[in-house]
Amino acid sequence: MLDVMTPLAITAHTATSAIGRGRAAHLDALRDARSGLRPNDFSSAPLACWIGRVDGAEDVVLPNALSVWACRNNQLAWLGLHQDGFLEHVQAACARYGAARIAVLLGTSTASIGATEEAYRRLDADGGFADDMLRPAIHTPHSLAAFVATALGLEGPCLTVSTACSSSAKVFANAERMIRLGLIDAAVVGGVDTLCDSVLFGFNALELVSPTPCRPFDAARDGISIGEAAGFALLERIDSAPGAPQLLGYGEASDAHHMSTPHPDGLGAELALRDALARAGLDASQVDYINLHGTASQKNDEVEAALVGRAFPARTRASSTKGFTGHTLGAAGIVEATIALLAIEHGLIPGNLGGDTPDPVCGASFAWRNEQQRVDVALSNSFGFGGNNACLAFARAGFTA
Amino acid sequence: MSALCIYVEGVGLWSPQLADFGALQSLLGGAMPVPPPGRPAAATLPPNERRRAPESVLLAIEVAGQAVAMSGRDAATLACVFASSHGDQPITDYMCATLAQAPAELSPIRFHNSVHNAPVGYWTIATGCHAPSTAVAAQHASFGAGLLEAASQVLAEQRAVLLVCIDTAGSGPLGEVTGCHEPFGCALVLAPEHSGATLARLDLQLTPACPDSPLEEPLAGWRGGNPSAASLPLMAMLAGVRRRCQLAAAATLGLQIDMEKVA
Repeated sequence: MLDVMTPLAITAHTATSAIGRGRAAHLDALRDARSGLRPNDFSSAPLACWIGRVDGAEDVVLPNALSVWACRNNQLAWLGLHQDGFLEHVQAACARYGAARIAVLLGTSTASIGATEEAYRRLDADGGFADDMLRPAIHTPHSLAAFVATALGLEGPCLTVSTACSSSAKVFANAERMIRLGLIDAAVVGGVDTLCDSVLFGFNALELVSPTPCRPFDAARDGISIGEAAGFALLERIDSAPGAPQLLGYGEASDAHHMSTPHPDGLGAELALRDALARAGLDASQVDYINLHGTASQKNDEVEAALVGRAFPARTRASSTKGFTGHTLGAAGIVEATIALLAIEHGLIPGNLGGDTPDPVCGASFAWRNEQQRVDVALSNSFGFGGNNACLAFARAGFTA
Repeated sequence: MSALCIYVEGVGLWSPQLADFGALQSLLGGAMPVPPPGRPAAATLPPNERRRAPESVLLAIEVAGQAVAMSGRDAATLACVFASSHGDQPITDYMCATLAQAPAELSPIRFHNSVHNAPVGYWTIATGCHAPSTAVAAQHASFGAGLLEAASQVLAEQRAVLLVCIDTAGSGPLGEVTGCHEPFGCALVLAPEHSGATLARLDLQLTPACPDSPLEEPLAGWRGGNPSAASLPLMAMLAGVRRRCQLAAAATLGLQIDMEKVA
């Protein structure tokens, strides 16, 4: 049996996605039930689908000293770091603890593979990368975390977690372990994924992409809409910021079933959920809101809805917000952690946008429209290819289970 | 920070020159070990999966299987930390080349095999492992950063962890940029306490960035050809050479490792 963990303080957090830059823009879009999805105007060849594109990511210019890192993924990271005063919070933590005592732990599935794709589209006459693309540091999965550590001037542990669509949820667990062991005093966690041909044509090849805006948990759902996003959170010990919202727990588990479809009984997802509840010292009935993985793929939504039905009472509200942002893949964990924290801060249960004809498998917990109610405890589910499952538990400041 | 103290129960190793950890021990003892066949056996995979599996999966499962067998533990009970600097480079090369020429023809299987956690996904499926599993990267410090993450899981969760670190050889135009000349993989089974299977105790300490420990030839040359081979100073130490080594854990962070031989 797991020991109940000492909560961590979330002293800053932010998200930038198709519905806007920063927390206030996200809250507005959620309140207005306004989707950020648009017809695909991104891929290098036509593909009929809808995407969650962040306007202006291509126009971000990195400072000269960081220009070697320039690519869409790192530009979106830079944009994301500049929202909600996140940089200032990190600077203050750095002054308090020292650069070597703060880790950078980021999740990504795409990293800057879009830049490698571009290099292949315009190879030079000898068949090699063009001179401006000969930047080894961006043609590797660690591009994002290495860039962010450099940009923030942090010198602690620096790790990329790349477990497909659970990546930026799992980094909260990495941070908690390192803080508990005294390896660090604080951690910048989060993740960034950007639109690129690999994911658009890859998910299309798997027949998982919808030709219309995605409809999570709808009876007629027919696939995902791919999005992009950047999100970050700063985690510190709870005694350093008792007034901050809390990370109460986390759970991680493996399906051991299939590379690209979930376990039919949601075994890994349920193990991750039980693990998160146990670590948080919570009973399922204490959970007010769950931000679901809810991708709008046939299988994921069927399995996840059944899990909600068997694990939670109707008073626990549940919804997917992929209809707003699209599936931001490796960034989904941090974007939806931010939405769970907005739910706590503003008492807003976001409606499950796109679910106009609910799948009968969805029980009474589903919030199809926005609801206003106090939220003390919110969970966020994130599941990835390879049967990789994570669940995070958040609570308002001062909450004790 | 006090040192992180962990126990090694199993070691796996595969490169074009070394079939396993025993081959490294015999090489360091002055013998000439017989090189393995060109393709890792990866016997833990079911035969049909083995035929189709990409190189990164075969390499990871080969070294993982060796380390777990040496530890005597049940693979299903081990949390998994799989590290790689570049993932499966032949697949990345295929994906980027296909996307540049005929994106609609991209293979769905190669796409799902392109995720960084494909090797750990196949491993958990093959062994029925429901424990937490992760796939990590840290450029040239992937082994050191992976070891730090594995050690933090061992100690924070008080459970045994399987650490795997592999990189395939580079391929195509990308291969010229990554500079990986040949494949290399290694694995450790790490535990929080001494047991009958303990081979060595490791004390890990974070330090400012430091140069990697020197290595004798031919190990030094092998280290230059693959980022996962940055693990070689620790592997050589486990094989009985020296008692202390230093690895990079990040661009700005070093890891000092002191060993006490138990077995």
